[in-house]
Amino acid sequence: MKIVADVPSPLTALDRPNSYIGRAVPRPNLARLTQGRAQYVSDVVLPRMAHVAYLRSPYAHARITRIDKTAAEKGKGVIAVVTGAELSKVITPWVGVLSHLKGIKSAPQHAVAVDRACWQGEAVCAVVARTRAEAEDACELIGIDYEELTPVTDPETALDKATPVIHPELGDNLTFERTLDAGEVDKAFRESDAVVEATFVFGRHTGVCNEPRAIVADWNPGEQRLTVYHGTQAPHMMMNLFAKHLGLEEYQVRVLTKDVGGSFGIKVHTYADEMAVVALSKLLKRPVKFVADRIESFVTDIHARDHRVKGKIGVMQDGTITAFEIDDLTGIGPYSVYPRTSGIEANQVVNLTGGPYKCPNYRARARVVFQNKNVMCQYRAVGHPIATGVTEGLVDLAAAKIGMDPAELRRKNLYPDDGYPATGASGIKFEKLSHHASLDKILAMMDYKALRADQAAARKQGIHRGIGFASFIEVTNPSAAFYGVGGARISSQDGATVRLDATGAIFIHSGVTEQGQGAEAVLAQCVASSFGVPIDRVRVITGDTDNVPYGGGTWASRAAGIGGEAAWQAGKALRQNVLAAAASILQAQPEGLDIKDGIVVDKGTDRERITLDEVARICYFRPDTLPPGFQAELMATRHYVPRAWPFAFTNGVQASYLEVDTDTGFVKLLRHWCVEDCGTVINPQLVDEQIRGGIVQGLGGALFENCLYDERGQMLNGNMADYLVPMAMEMPDMEIGHVVTPTADSELGAKGAGEAGTAGAPAAVMNAINDALRPLGAISLTEMPFTPGRILKALGKV
Amino acid sequence: MKPAPFAYAKARSVEDAIALLAQHGEGAKLLAGGQSLIATLNMRLSAPRILIDLNGIAGLNSITLKGGEVEIGAMTRHAEIERSDVIRKHAPLIAMAMPHIAHPAIRNRGTIGGSIAFADPAAELPACLLALGGLVEIAGPKGKRTVKADDYFKGLYETAIGACDMLTGIRLPAAPAASRYGFAELSRRHGDYAVAGLAASATFASGKLTKVRLAFFGVDLTPVRAKAAEMALAGGDLDKAVAALASDLDPPDDIQENGAVKKHLAGVLLRRVVQQLTETRA
Ligand SMILES: Cc1cc2nc3c(=O)[nH]c(=O)nc-3n(C[C@H](O)[C@H](O)[C@H](O)COP(=O)(O)OP(=O)(O)OC[C@H]3O[C@@H](n4cnc5c(N)ncnc54)[C@H](O)[C@@H]3O)c2cc1C
Repeated sequence: MKIVADVPSPLTALDRPNSYIGRAVPRPNLARLTQGRAQYVSDVVLPRMAHVAYLRSPYAHARITRIDKTAAEKGKGVIAVVTGAELSKVITPWVGVLSHLKGIKSAPQHAVAVDRACWQGEAVCAVVARTRAEAEDACELIGIDYEELTPVTDPETALDKATPVIHPELGDNLTFERTLDAGEVDKAFRESDAVVEATFVFGRHTGVCNEPRAIVADWNPGEQRLTVYHGTQAPHMMMNLFAKHLGLEEYQVRVLTKDVGGSFGIKVHTYADEMAVVALSKLLKRPVKFVADRIESFVTDIHARDHRVKGKIGVMQDGTITAFEIDDLTGIGPYSVYPRTSGIEANQVVNLTGGPYKCPNYRARARVVFQNKNVMCQYRAVGHPIATGVTEGLVDLAAAKIGMDPAELRRKNLYPDDGYPATGASGIKFEKLSHHASLDKILAMMDYKALRADQAAARKQGIHRGIGFASFIEVTNPSAAFYGVGGARISSQDGATVRLDATGAIFIHSGVTEQGQGAEAVLAQCVASSFGVPIDRVRVITGDTDNVPYGGGTWASRAAGIGGEAAWQAGKALRQNVLAAAASILQAQPEGLDIKDGIVVDKGTDRERITLDEVARICYFRPDTLPPGFQAELMATRHYVPRAWPFAFTNGVQASYLEVDTDTGFVKLLRHWCVEDCGTVINPQLVDEQIRGGIVQGLGGALFENCLYDERGQMLNGNMADYLVPMAMEMPDMEIGHVVTPTADSELGAKGAGEAGTAGAPAAVMNAINDALRPLGAISLTEMPFTPGRILKALGKV
Repeated sequence: MKPAPFAYAKARSVEDAIALLAQHGEGAKLLAGGQSLIATLNMRLSAPRILIDLNGIAGLNSITLKGGEVEIGAMTRHAEIERSDVIRKHAPLIAMAMPHIAHPAIRNRGTIGGSIAFADPAAELPACLLALGGLVEIAGPKGKRTVKADDYFKGLYETAIGACDMLTGIRLPAAPAASRYGFAELSRRHGDYAVAGLAASATFASGKLTKVRLAFFGVDLTPVRAKAAEMALAGGDLDKAVAALASDLDPPDDIQENGAVKKHLAGVLLRRVVQQLTETRA
């Protein structure tokens, strides 16, 4: 892969002397991670620590009629064999609903299944032993009888009268439904020159993390406290949930999150087998460890996507889009996942479809249904690839129908760059976006005209290449509108505490977490810049609910935009405090001083006055020499939450250039471009790599990744050989460009960038494939992933 | 996952390995590069009582040219074969297949003996053995025997190797001057097992293909010869050969593609491989 340097964001008001904002500084944890000196949960070993393994249901739906633990309890090294019924006396079940998703319903879910298993892979019994291997051996000794029940696997028939209801007490298999009708949709379609319809299918896939889910829980009866080492994105949220369901106070729980080997949204949910670990630790009064292996990861880590969307677009001959209509159906497994619910992805699809375009007529229906498959929930770019896939797929089909260049049709309909603030048809609010500047930039980067010429020349030689675009919007920096208003105790604000230590170095404690994405670097950059020290003097501390400000953690692209702003503000506040101390030592006015490169200087002339370690020395060890009445405050805390806008929307556009082998149906990705606008670019390298990594995950969904199930609800490809994650050899060069439109909601002006790549890549690839095959009379491909077989079928070759 | 408990023995010689096999019978498994075996153990798909490690046996990792044959010892690593001049010159089909097998780290440990013994239906080397009409050397309680490639593959992961046997090496006819080789496979990602693949050998002289051997892989429970297509090619009719695949092959569906797609892909592969067999050499 070629790394293409892009011009960093132009300097702004953030440019204090020696600012690190906009610079590709290496992340502080780089050496530790690359030297294998990280501390993942898997590395945690505690005295008397035991390991748990789970017996998991081989059936998608079955009543458990008998569990015989006798032989397993006698197994070598076995400490305890615990059933769901026994564990339910220690930990209460939960229901994944939110009050702002009107009508959403779900059934109580237990840490370990009680009486009934609802998906293949659900834990039905726990074995705790001295080693994981012994625990697995004993799992094989458990005597268990099942009575197989009819599994509900097809969302299309989940609501039929003849289909069994998975949770009879709920009345039907409908989890959640949302409808929306804006403008005059029927009239707009009637008056359109052309109307195009298509059904889009998005395969079920999952986020495959380098480090699987891992947790060590340590209940200490002596202090009545639970310490949990947890690879999670949201430590405070988990602290709350562990306490709530174990019947503890929050202050009795400490969640520690050190290094995490990737999350992608997988590790921001409540997992039954992790809840079981904290309960087992409480029950057995000793540390218990669980590390998911690959096989169980595939059947228990949340899945995502799996939407079938019928879409419709109206267009005038001049290219004006008149209306969008969608009907989304998604199956989410047997439970809505706690606490964020499994209604959010469909809800996002409704919110985001048609989002880049100024078209007031929009009708949507989304239905979320239960099924006996692994649970589904939020994964990187929740809903975005679906909304973008449907919207951009329809836009390209409309362009083809009226014979207009797809870039031109977009230009005609994208919100104008000078037309903000604006409100989308679904009610989403845009502070300021840059669709046109982004489109102009990407066309220049890819040299669109030359590319079309190359495409035509290749076509003459029987080589079929295609160009596909995808404009997109991305939800970032969520306020309380996401979860808080729905009653979930998930913090939307975040805090940072910054401290000057006794040698003039800076410690920052932040509520956001590092998942491998570089949040620590961004926090260090913000504090180093706003306070005024070299970045290597900054030490970042995250992931410890006992010791960092209460916060939401890392998800929805919020770590930099929200956590970064809190850090920036805390650094500024500490600067004022330190200057006050320096002024009192120097008998100067604080307003006349500044901190530059770790030294207190005269503002304007930069004349060095006193070093930070000298200020710290006097304040900590010789405060007796300070003027009476002066108390130095060498620690400052600031919090931040977006208030002016429910979300900081970002925007961008992607383009794919690829080649389809029309004999084999294989797709070769040639190049990929993305121009996106995340506002202030704090660290261009980290942003670009977020975009690239996101694109790779989007390409995975478009071409490779698919959780395949049979009609009995058995996952068929739950291993790394058969579930195809995208790999380096198949990835194209990716060129990343930026347009910078800072949000005025924060001083930093940074919006999120973590999901933009995933949002747009699948649509760009789909459009490029169809662009390549349209002249051959192929049926439009709208079912992801685009496998060789599907492409050959569209070409009529099989 | 963790493997079920097993015992371990290190064989010092082929005889030693055979004796250990005889002693432990069905409950024993031979350990070569471990690249297929260890995964099945970790997934608890198999739970042998004892592993008999072949890595301590000297002299099983040689590549030699002898009497018009290339002999490859069972414990020769994929990576050694990949770098071998003897293979490049005298068994070019194997050299062509090598880069398609997994990834460098796996090729450093995986062995040709393990690959031929395991006989994954989508693996490259078993198909090459069949395309070349090679021989498999097997040692057992009753001594040594040699099995022709055409008689070696019995069923899914089933070969002529008995429960108490060990594969000690393979022999391939060294490439004569007029011989031609073709190799192509389609896999979703580089290094994956093939969705469909074809290894072929033939003689090409005065514009005609003779002695054609086509070994398809990834399309059945074992690598398979396409004999009707071979005959059609010898008759100079490529279209007829492609059409003949309809009767030669009956690919079952698998997780990646269905049988119809595989059959179509086999035809595409055949055209591409015949191109390789007949193009003029640089
Ligand atoms: C990620 C990955 C990708 C892979 N991709 C490919 C690929 O694309 N193509 C491909 O061909 N292979 C692939 N492989 C498999 C690899 O080539 C293996 O090395 C090979 O199949 C088995 O060789 P081994 O030496 O590792 O055998 P082992 O794993 O040690 O043994 C495999 C089996 O053969 C038996 N066995 C081994 N040696 C002998 C012997 N001398 N006599 C009798 N029985 C014996 C063992 O008992 C065992 O049952 C892949 C492996 C991995 C992990």
